[in-house]
Amino acid sequence: MIAITSIGQVAEHYDIAVVGAGPAGLAAAARAAELGLSVLLADENPAPGGQIYRAITTTPVTKRAVLGEDYWKGGALVDRLRPTNAAYAPGCTIWSVAPDEAGGFELGLSLGGQARLIAAGQVILATGAQERPFPIPGWTLPGVMTAGAAQIALKASGLVPSGRTVIAGCGPLLYLLAGQLAAAGANIVAVLDTTPRRNWLAAIAAFPDFLRSPYLAKGLKLMAAARGKLPFKTGVTALAAEGSGKLTGVTVTRGGAAETIPCDALLLHQGVIPGINLANAAGCAQHFDAVQHCWTPTVDGWFASSIPGIAIAGDGAGIGGAESAALRGEVAALDAARRLGRLAEAERDAHAAPIRAELARSLRGRRFLDLLYRPAPQFLAPPADETIVCRCEEVTAGQIRDAASRLGVTGPNQMKAFLRCGMGPCQGRLCGPTVVELIAQERGVSAEETGYYRLRPPVKPVTLSELAALPPTDAAIKAVVR
Amino acid sequence: MSEGRRSADVIVIGGGIHGCSTALHCALRGLSVILIEKDHAGRHASGVNAGGVRQLARHVAEIPLSNTSMALWHRIEDLVDDDCGFTSDGQVLVAEDEEDLGNCRARVDDLTLRGFHHEELIDAAELRRLVPAVSDTCPGGVVSRRDGAAIPLRATQAFKRKAQSLGADIREGVRVTRVARDGSDWRVETDHGAFLAPRIVNAAGAWADRIAADLAEPVPLEVIAPMLMITAAMPAFIKPVVILRKRKLSFKQFGNGTVLIGGGYLGRAIRDENRTVLDWGKLATNAKTVWDLFPIMRGAPILRAWAGIEARMPDDLPVFGKSTRHEGVYHQFGFSAHGFQLGPGAGAVMAEIIATGSSNVPIDGLGIARFAAPS
Ligand SMILES: Cc1cc2nc3c(=O)[nH]c(=O)nc-3n(C[C@H](O)[C@H](O)[C@H](O)COP(=O)(O)OP(=O)(O)OC[C@H]3O[C@@H](n4cnc5c(N)ncnc54)[C@H](O)[C@@H]3O)c2cc1C
Repeated sequence: MIAITSIGQVAEHYDIAVVGAGPAGLAAAARAAELGLSVLLADENPAPGGQIYRAITTTPVTKRAVLGEDYWKGGALVDRLRPTNAAYAPGCTIWSVAPDEAGGFELGLSLGGQARLIAAGQVILATGAQERPFPIPGWTLPGVMTAGAAQIALKASGLVPSGRTVIAGCGPLLYLLAGQLAAAGANIVAVLDTTPRRNWLAAIAAFPDFLRSPYLAKGLKLMAAARGKLPFKTGVTALAAEGSGKLTGVTVTRGGAAETIPCDALLLHQGVIPGINLANAAGCAQHFDAVQHCWTPTVDGWFASSIPGIAIAGDGAGIGGAESAALRGEVAALDAARRLGRLAEAERDAHAAPIRAELARSLRGRRFLDLLYRPAPQFLAPPADETIVCRCEEVTAGQIRDAASRLGVTGPNQMKAFLRCGMGPCQGRLCGPTVVELIAQERGVSAEETGYYRLRPPVKPVTLSELAALPPTDAAIKAVVR
Repeated sequence: MSEGRRSADVIVIGGGIHGCSTALHCALRGLSVILIEKDHAGRHASGVNAGGVRQLARHVAEIPLSNTSMALWHRIEDLVDDDCGFTSDGQVLVAEDEEDLGNCRARVDDLTLRGFHHEELIDAAELRRLVPAVSDTCPGGVVSRRDGAAIPLRATQAFKRKAQSLGADIREGVRVTRVARDGSDWRVETDHGAFLAPRIVNAAGAWADRIAADLAEPVPLEVIAPMLMITAAMPAFIKPVVILRKRKLSFKQFGNGTVLIGGGYLGRAIRDENRTVLDWGKLATNAKTVWDLFPIMRGAPILRAWAGIEARMPDDLPVFGKSTRHEGVYHQFGFSAHGFQLGPGAGAVMAEIIATGSSNVPIDGLGIARFAAPS
């Protein structure tokens, strides 16, 4: 592994550029490098691991039990990359991926406050998942954060929220995090479970598969551990963060009755969805996945996107969890090597066969989780008009409903012109899914029909100075400016 | 799609600002209208442009249309029931040196002789008053005080909504595949069946050459993809829109503090896929110009960059007016990256020509005849 610490060390061209150093990216980079390809693995975080294995090589948390055995598996992925010649660039943001005229891709990247354009023959986007936005009244108050943010603080810096802490939402990660925080010493006064009871009806048909799945033991253990020790409240149908200027409590509605639980920290989580911004801005086709209830890039059996040469591996192309992400990264790398002429089709298939078998095993039971932890409609599309949906531009649910009904705005792209939601620095990462739900609901059409934002590069902000100082590429020097 | 009407007095092809404006003005004149748009209204150039509402520095052949338009922009809310985000803080052409300023003076003198007074020469002091943040090496420029900017998609949709409220039948998601004569009517075939009208308007933007070709009036239309960038909110420091002549720049700060940077650098358009590819090398040059002229902008984060698909004619002037070959065919395309401002007025003039056969607003020099193959 060649560690890249300054932009000058980045080469002009790589066979494969892998974006994201979570399990999918680490595995893809390792496999591609093992096949003798030149590889750039770029990640904006300071250390490898992605979300799940965040800070795996640097975490100050030393008691293995706090983060659980699964976390420490991440080390093996990094260890596999170490002996290869892959270039690994931490703290490096890829802000643009676009086809170049030579049939490859041009990537815009920033490292240490400097920007560059480089070329790559193939691109594997392994940008992972993000938490599903979970707008409730008061969620922008200081003291409220996402469960994922709390987990990052724990893994990266060993920090635990101080004071009375409430965790609310649904999904397996919620229980995992509750367990991790409790083990690390957090004072968890309530775990508020919003899983709709009727989800069990939909999920039950998928239960037999789940019983044979590798999730089962893990899942049951997590649940049992969390439930046994923590103050659980199920059947939650509404939530509101209380306080002025700072969080003071959370109002919970269950069975039609509301109560307020005083607290200092409220951690919200409603499952994860693919992080699609880079793929979307690169022009990759996407669709609405009805089971996982989220926008998902459209990929084939090799995780190739609609743009030949761009593959999307790991949770960025559909939520499957850490193990499946690493396997999908390998499959994508094999196909990229085939596209580059490094592997014959038959060789690729032979290498892939055992990985695919593993992959099928690792995904077994997924459907049950997806159906069981599908968020309730009132958390996807906040009913209260005052609830802020777009944090960047402070747009409320009421304004969006109004634009959809009164102004006849039919989709999120048109909504931008009226309310600017999705036009702030996060480019819709935090509001996109909610805006779609609200428009769909108001117009009585499906999310699929409503469509999603067309996103634009740079997918992460780059400064004017960085851009102005871009070293001219050969092509730019030759191009005649009109 | 079988509901709705299949024939009308006028069929407008294309739901950009031009198509929507023409549909609105036809409806205002009591004509029945069907507008056919393959995507949604404002999806292309009209929804993603810089929003510059500029009379400044226009080619003289365009000035009458531009003047008509400016009058409408200044009462836009009365026209379409929406202010379209229109603000009028003027546009300033900054001269970067004395030679540049000399050209400005010659231009303003020429316009005065022709009877146009919207452009005004300014000295260094007035430039500094209007644009305090500009680099102090600039000796002056030209201002057009009634100019400004609007929000493109919002404006286009407002024209569409108003046309609709007056009875225009707006068909979005319907693609015109062919146009042909059908007795005294024009038959407009689409992927959702055929429509008939005695009069059709070709306002198909970057795709208009295909309609023109069907009508045996081929035009040398170039599909271009002008690029824009926008920054995060900056402290307020500039009111008018600023443009340059020697280097390419158009520069504007919105009320919310974000700054729009453009100037006509081109990316790559893939028109059959509704897609554009940015050219970061050229955007870097664009950024460098801002870096030079507005030191205050150096640390600004660029949040988004994009390009729109637009039609450009070889002489950078639109094709506007009656067909020279066919009765009942009207062309309104090829705005060459400066057609947003023209939208409201061009629609009014087009509707007048359709309804009455002519207009007092001179449009000489814009006809399709200038591209007719010598026969
Ligand atoms: C980045 C950029 C910046 C610009 N900045 C400015 C500015 O600051 N000021 C200014 O005045 N101008 C500006 N312009 C130019 C301005 O946007 C255009 O000149 C103007 O919008 C053209 O309008 P239109 O209606 O002719 O075209 P469009 O808006 O492109 O509309 C044409 C429509 O026709 C539809 N269509 C095409 N073929 C078919 C078919 N077969 N069937 C059905 N529908 C069809 C298309 O889908 C499209 O929606 C800019 C342009 C760009 C791209």
